[in-house]
Amino acid sequence: MSQFLQQIVNGLSLGSIYALLALGYTMVYGIIKLINFAHADIYMLGAYIGFACITMFGLGFFPAMIISMVLCAIIGIVMERIAYKPLRNSPRITLLITAIGVSFFMEYIMVYFVGANVRAFPDVIPKTQYHLGSVVINLQQIVILFTTIALMLLLQFIVHKTKIGKAMRAVSADRDAAELMGINVNRTISTTFAIGSALAGAGGVMVGMFYNSINPLMGMMPGLKCFVAAVFGGIGVIPGAMIGGFGIGFIETMVSGYGSSMYKDAVVFAILILVLIFKPAGLLGKNTREKV
Amino acid sequence: MDVRQSRKKNTVITLVLALGSFAIVQGLIMAGMIRSYQMVTVATICINIILAAGLNLVTGFTGQFSLGHAGFMAIGAYVCAILTLRDGSMGSFFIGTILGAVMAALCGVLIGIPTLRLKGDYLAIATLGFAEIIRIFAQNLVITGGAAGLSGIPKFTNWPMLWAFTVVTLILIIAFIKSSHGRACIAIREDEIAAESMGINTTKYKVMAFAIGAFFAGVGGALYASTFYILKPTTFGFMKSIDILMVVVLGGMGSMTGTVIAAAVLAIITMLLQSFSELRMVLYAIMLVAIMLFRPQGLMGDRELSVPGFIKKRQKKAPKAE
Repeated sequence: MSQFLQQIVNGLSLGSIYALLALGYTMVYGIIKLINFAHADIYMLGAYIGFACITMFGLGFFPAMIISMVLCAIIGIVMERIAYKPLRNSPRITLLITAIGVSFFMEYIMVYFVGANVRAFPDVIPKTQYHLGSVVINLQQIVILFTTIALMLLLQFIVHKTKIGKAMRAVSADRDAAELMGINVNRTISTTFAIGSALAGAGGVMVGMFYNSINPLMGMMPGLKCFVAAVFGGIGVIPGAMIGGFGIGFIETMVSGYGSSMYKDAVVFAILILVLIFKPAGLLGKNTREKV
Repeated sequence: MDVRQSRKKNTVITLVLALGSFAIVQGLIMAGMIRSYQMVTVATICINIILAAGLNLVTGFTGQFSLGHAGFMAIGAYVCAILTLRDGSMGSFFIGTILGAVMAALCGVLIGIPTLRLKGDYLAIATLGFAEIIRIFAQNLVITGGAAGLSGIPKFTNWPMLWAFTVVTLILIIAFIKSSHGRACIAIREDEIAAESMGINTTKYKVMAFAIGAFFAGVGGALYASTFYILKPTTFGFMKSIDILMVVVLGGMGSMTGTVIAAAVLAIITMLLQSFSELRMVLYAIMLVAIMLFRPQGLMGDRELSVPGFIKKRQKKAPKAE
């Protein structure tokens, strides 16, 4: 039982990071129907920016995270402008291949400049352990959990209470109609990329701290898994991404805790395929009818 | 020109081209221009043509976007490697290749039946997931050598063999595309709903194309195992699927000649940039994005390069009708 509770604690902190990344996928998918493969690499860049802030400028965790979020938001906007905007009306496969290309570009440009070797991420927040009964939780996990919850609440506020959030919801519901209503679609899409990328940047810094190591290809696997999380919860639905992220985090820690950690990724992908087959719209998604 | 006569002429020209390509490379090998170093590139071209031709059938001709080709390749590679490691005879290599391809095709059917109901990027992500599962199993099973992989696989492939496999693959796939089944596949790509309402069993043809693609991925994998001695699970990751997709996209989705040209061009570029391996990936990525931005239809679009086409164009100076 105590091991089970311990796994839940571990699953919560891992799941919260996955949820942050899944939010970026789901927002971008909701608005331009693109699986943004490069999202995972923005998260990698975020981790490196955080690393640079902490080791080179001696900043603390929160300033580093905020700088990383701002820079990632800018990178996200630039990426969208250069690579995706010219393809607004292209077939979706073209967009998808472009996203894969952008993702490789970011990975290998980083390999080229900083080298492919793994770097140790400093412990900006001490791993002070707290014992709650038989469950051990450390300060890092608490900080990660509360930071992600705060960011998610902020996101909910932006999406539901502000004008730009309303514009985002309108564009994702029907882009043409939104444009006719006088919404600046391009600016809304840029904002979506900026917010999603900022969340990825924050996630990058937290993952760097959580796993203590960063490398230019660190985005690949978590990127795929967070996309799975987004699909699991219902892609395009913001609460769905949060549920999906926590769900995948739990499943992963449970599989590594009770089964074999070697197969944890296989289980995640198996779940993806089952979800796609039985409920393609995801847990919270609505079924869309096909129109001729 | 009578249709039968022109078809005969086509066959002759195809034969001449195929034998010509064989003779040129064989000549270069005998003249010492292609040594073992360049031979790796030649082998890569042949294997990539086989892999990409299968993927082009699925993605280019049937319009089903698959990101899991490396998974099927892994099945073929491991089956052939395991068999030839047990019994290093030529016979077991052929049996291994066929068995690997058949197993890959069976997996293709198993995976295809549930997932091909999905559309576009959902299908892409589901196939990607399957390929990852196959890779993870290869990484953890004892029979596949775990994370260390298999090494010391006997080498049976040489230029005539690679050439024969490539030519037979291309002939079979082109024959499939030109058959009524192939036309059904193209109809599905053009408009699935319309195809269905014309009485085409879309699931059947999608699974058929997928299985054939997987079969040839298995063949390609077997040749890969035999050519490069060692197999590692990491070889068959997401990256490999993208590599193959890149050949199809660069050549043009729906153009077999495009695939052949692109496989050759990419392998030669890779060889020339060998010494700048990191920069190579950056250039590769820029190329992928640039193709999508400026020429999304690839080098050839969905047209085929053909000798009779050239002749006709010269004679009539008018757009060729086929």
